[in-house]
Amino acid sequence: MMRRFTKNYLNYTIITLVMVVFAIMALATPMKDSTAFLFQKITVAVILAVSLNFVVGFLGELSLGHAGFMSIGAYLGGKLSLVIITAFGLENNNILVLIVALIVGALCAAACGVVVGFAALRLRGDYLAIVTLAFGEIVRVIFTNSSDSSFGGALGLKSPSFSKREMYILAIIGFLLILFTLFVIQNLLKSKTGRAITAIRDNEIAAKAMGIDVTKHKLMVFVIAAAFAGIAGVLFSYSKPLVEAKSFGYNYSIEILIIVVLGGIGSINGSIISATLITILNEKLTVYMTGDNAVYKDLFYAIILVLVVIYNNAPGLKNFREKYNFKNLFAKIFKPKHDPSKIKDDAAKWDVVPTKIQMDEVLSTDMVIDNTGDNNADIGERGGNK
Amino acid sequence: MEFLTILINGLSIGGIYAMIALGYTMVYGIAKMLNFAHGDIIMIAGYTIVLFFPVNPIVGIVAAIVFCAIAGIVIEKVAYKPLRGASPLAVLITAIGVSKLLQSAALIYSKGAIKGVPITTLGAIELFGGNLKIDVITLITIVCSVAIMVALTMFIKRSKTGRAMVAVSEDKGAAQLMGINVNKIITITFIIGSALAAVAGALMIFKPQGVEPTFGAMPGIKAFAAAVIGGIGSIPGAMVGGIVLGFIEAIFGATPLRDYVDAIEFAILIIVLLVKPTGILGKKRREKV
Amino acid sequence: MAKFIEKAKNFVNTKVLKKTHKRVDIESEYVLETKELGITFGGLKAAQDVNLKIKKNQIYGLIGPNGAGKTTVFNLLTGVYQPTTGTFYLNGSDLTGLSQEKINQKGIARTFQNIRLFNNMSVVRNVMVGLSNQPEYKCSLFESIFRLPRHFKVEKKMRARAKELLDIFGLLDERNNLACNLPYGKQRKLEIARALATNPKLLLLDEPAAGMNPNETEDLVNTIKYIRDNFDMTILLIEHDMKFVSGLCDEITVLNFGTVLVEGKTKEALNNPEVIKAYIGG
Repeated sequence: MMRRFTKNYLNYTIITLVMVVFAIMALATPMKDSTAFLFQKITVAVILAVSLNFVVGFLGELSLGHAGFMSIGAYLGGKLSLVIITAFGLENNNILVLIVALIVGALCAAACGVVVGFAALRLRGDYLAIVTLAFGEIVRVIFTNSSDSSFGGALGLKSPSFSKREMYILAIIGFLLILFTLFVIQNLLKSKTGRAITAIRDNEIAAKAMGIDVTKHKLMVFVIAAAFAGIAGVLFSYSKPLVEAKSFGYNYSIEILIIVVLGGIGSINGSIISATLITILNEKLTVYMTGDNAVYKDLFYAIILVLVVIYNNAPGLKNFREKYNFKNLFAKIFKPKHDPSKIKDDAAKWDVVPTKIQMDEVLSTDMVIDNTGDNNADIGERGGNK
Repeated sequence: MEFLTILINGLSIGGIYAMIALGYTMVYGIAKMLNFAHGDIIMIAGYTIVLFFPVNPIVGIVAAIVFCAIAGIVIEKVAYKPLRGASPLAVLITAIGVSKLLQSAALIYSKGAIKGVPITTLGAIELFGGNLKIDVITLITIVCSVAIMVALTMFIKRSKTGRAMVAVSEDKGAAQLMGINVNKIITITFIIGSALAAVAGALMIFKPQGVEPTFGAMPGIKAFAAAVIGGIGSIPGAMVGGIVLGFIEAIFGATPLRDYVDAIEFAILIIVLLVKPTGILGKKRREKV
Repeated sequence: MAKFIEKAKNFVNTKVLKKTHKRVDIESEYVLETKELGITFGGLKAAQDVNLKIKKNQIYGLIGPNGAGKTTVFNLLTGVYQPTTGTFYLNGSDLTGLSQEKINQKGIARTFQNIRLFNNMSVVRNVMVGLSNQPEYKCSLFESIFRLPRHFKVEKKMRARAKELLDIFGLLDERNNLACNLPYGKQRKLEIARALATNPKLLLLDEPAAGMNPNETEDLVNTIKYIRDNFDMTILLIEHDMKFVSGLCDEITVLNFGTVLVEGKTKEALNNPEVIKAYIGG
């Protein structure tokens, strides 16, 4: 029972606890505005990271346009709120309007997810990454060049936002939305559909041969991930008086990707932890590293990113990895007796592939020296290449 | 006359894109990876030229080529070589990381200040009694890019190394069995690609905005789009893609849609990929079942 | 939504779908019947005029030298390639031009020559993926996300069924291992178990005994017979091991250069001088 609990509900519990403690602190003691703002930022980052990990870690496709989906949510949700609020003369912090904006933002982003999902049906790997990048840039250019009356153009959209005093309310809503995100994505992954999605990641051809509808599942993943990015975008727009297109560029997509990679591709809890830590670190570093020093932060992240990916994936480091990894270390320290007969049913975790990427080798198949010993190509395939 | 201006501008922009795209496409053909950091090599070239410009512009360009080639080798050896044989996703993320790394290193080096060369234009020549004004740099760009593309094609077709490159791109394993040093070929590819990026950087530098850490990012991404449109892995494809993108930019740059040029280019990229996923001249590779 | 997805699929498959083909079902006493099935790549006729007739509960062999087009025939029958000529029928219903997943849902499952498991998933999950399309395990996405009772019921049933299947292949103790960590012989067995999970009417096995030692091969012969008897299965297999083929198959078809060389009873076909010539050369 305990084991089941830690496996399935631990992250919900911790997030709920953090939320409750945060709410009590915000209401009981005068909280610093910056603290509430930091928590709000964390919630946005967590939703973004978890939804991106859904695509990268579980479908195995790289999306470089996540910020694009977010900006759709931010702009359309923000604009809608603005329209409603001016039409009915409501307060800026009307929660009902926020909820409507969240729903509409998610739906609009999801609709764009369909477009990118379509591309994902024909393209994969490197090509799909390019299309998502291009999508993000197109969205940015369109919003940047919009007219002042529509989306504010280069100056940005003056959307309704919570005041600094009330930022904690937005942070609490953010926490609730994290719980919702986890609820949907984790339950989906731990179901028949989730298995189909990971099957497509591991081997698309075999998945098709098993009767898995690849089209449906790929579209679904992109749509769901885009919808949550849209939700994060609406939250983001409510935290700032001005939504600027330039903050959703390619660089922001990369920042989310860095969070996902550092947290472990294919590990939802890793994404949550990494999004929290990196957001806090960013905030703290901005305090200490002022002026010229601030740039060292980016350099630091870039180096860490490269090192982590090389460490986790370099074929040459395989033996080293297996010998000295955290899991083995933990196992040695905390679980001296590892009895395989005592493993409960299906103890292999559903997110078994933390920090390990294994994609079907459609584009690289001719680069990797074939060591499977399977070289008797059928005449048909040979002919097909020509 | 307007048509001629657009034509010449298109050729010159396209030439630069084609040169950068060649780097992408050669690396993709041979190492089967998208070198995201390629655009930032242009930025390195920019800073090197700015640094050496007071000494002598020619020295600056030569230094840039040498420096970029070295940077290309280092990046390949340190970041990409350990991942040879790893999943494409891992390699792609590393390349993105290297790109980020170079940009932030440049930001530290430049301390946020924009550096430029003292002259922003090399003058212009007038034709047809002043009706047609062409910048000298535009002409140099066109001549340079045509010369380089011809030279590169000759090199690939005629030289031993060039043919070894083709062999490696066809089948790495077989090439290795035929006695080709695959590692050496990959290094050479990175050197050539980086040198081409350096030349492109040198041609781009005479602009009032000067060099900044993201100097190569946008041209890089667009050249990348050009390489994909033309068919990544194909050398003529990169040239075609570059020219196509150059003309799009020149044509739409002369219309009220000029603010949307980037979006149009990327939209064309998406459409091309959806209609013909391998690009205009790309070869189709089929997975063995 | 379903309509939309269908449209999306057509958009994706426009190039490969044999759109002109109008599927007409026929009366057939055979489980699998192919009529002049063939495919050309460029100018190369990889398979041509392949006529197979496989009766119910038969174990049928498809043999031939390397490059004879055996796997191509499998790829045609499972929708990986769309045939350029001919049609094929499963229990009389025309499956020509359908997509891979549709063909599987209609009742043809296969294994692969170069093993294609879901490497990062546990063994039991591999089999459960195969089970997903069965009507008795139907459970909507909504029910899964909101954890309605049916989700748990279906999951439990699926897991129990997956374990049953694994037990047949002696993989029950390994069910929680990652598929990629299994030894080669067991990976081959897992592929068969996964294919069986899709509840096919016809099972295609592509070199099931490749890379196995004599003991394992013997074991496999028994397993395949067991599958035929207990699952009421019809099996078409490709194999190079002639002992294996003659021990299992009632009838075989010998392919060479994409065309049928000989077909008939196993013993007779294997002793046919043409077949010996094709294998030895000359």
